[in-house]
Amino acid sequence: MALTAFAYTLTMSMPAPAATPAHDVLLDIVNLSKNFDDITAVDSVNLSVNSGEIFALLGGSGCGKSTLLRMLAGFETPSSGQIYLQGRDISHMPAYERPINMMFQSYALFPHMTVAQNIAFGLEQDQLPKAEIEQRVHDMLQLVQLKAYAKRKPHQLSGGQQQRVALARSLAKRPRLLLLDEPLGALDKKLREQTQIELVAILKSVGVTCVMVTHDQEEAMTMADRIAVMDQGRIIQLGTPHDIYETPNSRFVADFIGSVNLFDGQVVVDEADHVVIDTPHARVYVSHGITGTQGMPVSAAVRPEKICLSLAPPLAAERASPAEDGFNQTPVTVQSMAYFGSFTTYHVKLADGRLIHVTQQNAARHDEHKLQTGDRAWAWWDGSDVVVLTR
Amino acid sequence: MNTPNAPVTQVQVAQRTPWLAAWGPRMVIGLPFGWLGLLFLLPFVVVLKISLSEMNESGIGYKDLVDWQDGLVVISLRYSNYLFLLSDKLYLMTYLSSLMYALTATVLCLLLGYPFAYFLARSPASIRPGLMMLVMLPFWTSFLLRIYAWKGLLDNNGLINQLLLALGLIDTPLAMMNTPFSLQIGMVYVYLPFMVLPLYANLVKMDLRLLEAATDLGAKPWTVFWRVTVPLSRSGIVAGSMLVFIPCVGEYVIPAMLGGPNTLNIGRVLWDEFFSNNDWAMASAVAIVMVLLIIAPMAWFNRIQAQQRGAT
Repeated sequence: MALTAFAYTLTMSMPAPAATPAHDVLLDIVNLSKNFDDITAVDSVNLSVNSGEIFALLGGSGCGKSTLLRMLAGFETPSSGQIYLQGRDISHMPAYERPINMMFQSYALFPHMTVAQNIAFGLEQDQLPKAEIEQRVHDMLQLVQLKAYAKRKPHQLSGGQQQRVALARSLAKRPRLLLLDEPLGALDKKLREQTQIELVAILKSVGVTCVMVTHDQEEAMTMADRIAVMDQGRIIQLGTPHDIYETPNSRFVADFIGSVNLFDGQVVVDEADHVVIDTPHARVYVSHGITGTQGMPVSAAVRPEKICLSLAPPLAAERASPAEDGFNQTPVTVQSMAYFGSFTTYHVKLADGRLIHVTQQNAARHDEHKLQTGDRAWAWWDGSDVVVLTR
Repeated sequence: MNTPNAPVTQVQVAQRTPWLAAWGPRMVIGLPFGWLGLLFLLPFVVVLKISLSEMNESGIGYKDLVDWQDGLVVISLRYSNYLFLLSDKLYLMTYLSSLMYALTATVLCLLLGYPFAYFLARSPASIRPGLMMLVMLPFWTSFLLRIYAWKGLLDNNGLINQLLLALGLIDTPLAMMNTPFSLQIGMVYVYLPFMVLPLYANLVKMDLRLLEAATDLGAKPWTVFWRVTVPLSRSGIVAGSMLVFIPCVGEYVIPAMLGGPNTLNIGRVLWDEFFSNNDWAMASAVAIVMVLLIIAPMAWFNRIQAQQRGAT
């Protein structure tokens, strides 16, 4: 893979992460690879997951996230590398011996068993006393608020209820590590948003460590404490949702998580506290240093919601610093707009006909300076909102 | 120059569709029903009627059920044939032995067929068609020829005995032919594919994630098999068992050719009653009771199927 995408930027002005408390590392993945014939599904992945954390593997289809999850569950044998759970190498432990449980995509509930029997199944495998199994099944049903449904078969439940049974079944054995495979993928949009919050609340109340796999960036952002963005079997970036969104380290991540406008250009001023990038559309002032060199080809990335639109060019007083006056602005024509209620998205045309994407909050009910399709306007942004990426 | 006409043709088809939509399904379902009614239900009623009739003194033909005597319609139903069936040890033993042979064949087919269908369904998708072909291969040869071939294998001077004698493993030929053993082998051999096919169809579409889920919850492979695979393939097991059991109960050719004179089979008793004793009334009663014996498990099968449909 051509690594077009390694960041070399943004160390100076980023707030240093708050001194992290000493975490217990629960899961340690060392140099883990998986090959299928001549395809490398997972390519030397290194990863640590802390106790009590919800960790998301995020990527498109075929990026290796599911294979990685299946190796953790024990359904695939690693081609090389190790998996340590609390310091113990479990790379080749059979799936049925691992203290790890999984909530399957579309749940994989046993259709011939009732809800209670589904939840009890794992406990029976541990040969727990009958009374204890009953107690734990009862507790689990209470946790997911399905006590009234204990005797139903899975097909008699709604999608959201099935999802909760699957959760109860995977938590019943009190696993050290819970794996979630596209936990909300089978639910419709409205239910998904509501369930996200409930699911995180339950997982946090139980305190179980989770590794989830998803292709839905919103799901990863809202649920996970940390996210690893994967592509072609490798981890491209690892960090908190905030880090990944505000400080993407590559065009791939910037584009995969949310949307982004890229201005290609060259570094013309490279100072310790600021950088200027010359692009065909605007001179971009970046109010932090980068680790690049003068003359280097780069892209200035700006998120749609960080761009302002106004009929007149911004006044110097509106700028974050006087140094930015005349920078970070470009004349545009409003091509189309879509009103979403709380915000409006605009597609605006640059001088050379390229479209960029801008979103504006609709904070006031009546905006006197409302833009219309076809209006000539100015797009501008702050120097601190620019992320510089290699090309 | 068809292009300008095309829309017109479509309109015509659309206009014709209501008639087709109304009658098409009825005909598709009605034809086989008509066929079955004419060639199965009607003859069955005739057989039922004969079983309740009295044979003529001459021994040829039977008396009518409905008679016109002194200006009165007299319907005489003779159930003595059925009473005789129940009182005669021979008939009871024959039914029992037929059911036992059929049951044994079903169990053996299940024991042989299940692992076979299981590994067939779990084999790489690329070699499955080839393996399926092997299951179907026997159907390319006549059923009778294949039974004859078993004669050649199992006979006292057949291939197996000759081989064992030549190897010095036995001194005198094993009596395999014309025993319950040869009969059972014939039944299992002929009906095994009828067990394998529905089992395969069931196992191949099983959701493998359910097996992974069971493993994930701590079940060892054997437990996964008994607690998930087998219960989920229940409808396949029932279908395969019915397909083997039902024809085996009334089987005539295999007992006649491989079973010898000492094995009791209802199919052969039927043949004898019809063609040796010429007692059509008795033979019909034997046939009716056999059908009832088969309908019972069929009804059970249908109930299970209905339950399954309710469950998935």
